[in-house]
Amino acid sequence: MSVDIPFDLLLIQVVNGIVSGMILALVASGLTLIFGIMEVVNFAHGELFMLGAYVGTTMMVATGNFWLALVVASVTIALLGAVLQVTTLRPLLGRDPLTTILATFGISLVLQNWALYQFGPVARKIQEPFTGHFTLFYLEYPWYRIVIALLAAAIIGALWLFMKYGKYGIWIRATTQDHLMAQAMGIPVPLVHTMVFAIGAAMAAASGVLFGPLVGINHAMGLDLILKAFIVVVVGGMGNLGGSILASIFISLLEAFASIWVSPAQAVIVSFVVLILTLLFRPTGLFVPTPK
Amino acid sequence: MAIRSHTVGYWLGFGVVLGLFAVAPLVLPEFWRRFVTEILIWGLLAMSLDLLIGYTGMVSFGHSAFFGLGMYGAAVALLTVRPPNLWLALLAGLVGAGILAVFVAYFATRLRDIYFSITTLVFSQIFYVIIFTWTEVTGGENGLNFRQPPFSIPGIVSGTFTPTTLHWFVLGVVTLSYLILRRITQSPFGKVLQAIRENEPRTRAMGYHIERYKIVAVMLSGLFAGLAGVLYAIQNKFAAPDFVFFLISGEVVIFNVMGGVGTLVGPVAGAAFFFLLREGFSRFFTEYYLIPVGVIFTLMVIFVPQGLLGFLKHRLNS
Repeated sequence: MSVDIPFDLLLIQVVNGIVSGMILALVASGLTLIFGIMEVVNFAHGELFMLGAYVGTTMMVATGNFWLALVVASVTIALLGAVLQVTTLRPLLGRDPLTTILATFGISLVLQNWALYQFGPVARKIQEPFTGHFTLFYLEYPWYRIVIALLAAAIIGALWLFMKYGKYGIWIRATTQDHLMAQAMGIPVPLVHTMVFAIGAAMAAASGVLFGPLVGINHAMGLDLILKAFIVVVVGGMGNLGGSILASIFISLLEAFASIWVSPAQAVIVSFVVLILTLLFRPTGLFVPTPK
Repeated sequence: MAIRSHTVGYWLGFGVVLGLFAVAPLVLPEFWRRFVTEILIWGLLAMSLDLLIGYTGMVSFGHSAFFGLGMYGAAVALLTVRPPNLWLALLAGLVGAGILAVFVAYFATRLRDIYFSITTLVFSQIFYVIIFTWTEVTGGENGLNFRQPPFSIPGIVSGTFTPTTLHWFVLGVVTLSYLILRRITQSPFGKVLQAIRENEPRTRAMGYHIERYKIVAVMLSGLFAGLAGVLYAIQNKFAAPDFVFFLISGEVVIFNVMGGVGTLVGPVAGAAFFFLLREGFSRFFTEYYLIPVGVIFTLMVIFVPQGLLGFLKHRLNS
């Protein structure tokens, strides 16, 4: 294998990697937020992403407004997330975290098959809100991809500000640190749990709508994503928001480079290998100091 | 004396169930005969996982990989060696699953709880991607088709499988596996596994080399899962990548949780329950049967965490 990779191809793959990394970061930060606060590994997260995309297309068809679709999908899926948390995860509080994997796996089966039943097996497409292009070397690169990356960054930034300065954000952080103490200080911990799950669900739905125009929407689209999100969350350090964002971009870049040589389906193996190496040498995550 | 009657009761129950399974193909119509054979095969896969979930406290979400390697190992042996030999297929499947199990066990057992689950899941997906994309060897998306090998024990019997004899063959293998697994769980080795499940730091403090025990547990579990894969391949005469996909691993976890972990027979009952639910709901929900089954599963996780068998046991004792 020769090493004369054209520089422009490399740069295009950098842009591609960052764009898909930001989408992944949006999903993974919801996942890691949920894990950080209640030790729930949400297997149904990919399905929330997928349902968000479907609600988005339905709204797009009904109103023709992409931004309205984005908001409606996020709010709808946030409500669904809250309902799911109250009905299935709240009763499991205090049990082995493994039971939450099982329960959310059950939910994911239900949601996925319901989507298949409701929307059929044929992939759908969301219309892009802008169709402009700019020239990136020999490619006509769509502006929309750049906008997605920026929007995802904006949503994550807003979450960060909310967690840092918002009253409820401080509640969330307090509950993550010590839920008993938080409860003693008068924070309604069960409500905080539900809220966090709803926020995570909304972020998954938003990324579903944003991602929709790039790929077709079908009932199984959550499966691939959830695996990648798991990898990112573990590589970044479970419950570590900054780590998962860095890991998302890192892994997406690696996959983008790998797909220069192999098919995208095989490029996934690169991220698997990163995960295994991380678990072997830095089991607490790549981007956090290893505790002594 | 009480223990004695308990054991007698156990073997009596064992004999009755074995007898029922043995006569099943003679009295059941074609569809249900096949159904019962499949339950035995999936039951063996579920049992192999129970060794990890129920006895060692490790939830593997990647058992489809071992099952798949058993399947593809058997397929390759049946396609390359002329004339196709049943025992060679069995050996190839076990070797395939065993090698993978050594590999997975070495890496995954360094991790605990959900990290173990996610690692096994990711390993099975690596394997899925390899099978799916390596078309020249594995047939890619289409999988491999082959002919059923004849049944032969040199010098004693030889002949082709009929659905009934195949059922008996599967029953024999599964029963033998069950007895071996039961022996393992009751051996000192099995007791150490259960000690790890109950309290890992304490077991370590008692001087047991936990990692080695875990590695052996994963390997044994992988071998039996591979055996189930071989049986499935022989019954259905194909190997397909769908059976390596992680949804199969998830279904096997469902069998365990539904039937009751830590009982070995529970997972078989869980598999039977799952397939009965599937048959029942398919009538009304067609291919969307996973909607009601998923709801029932989620409710069972919340309300009957000890599974059907654990629930019955609890009821009978109180």
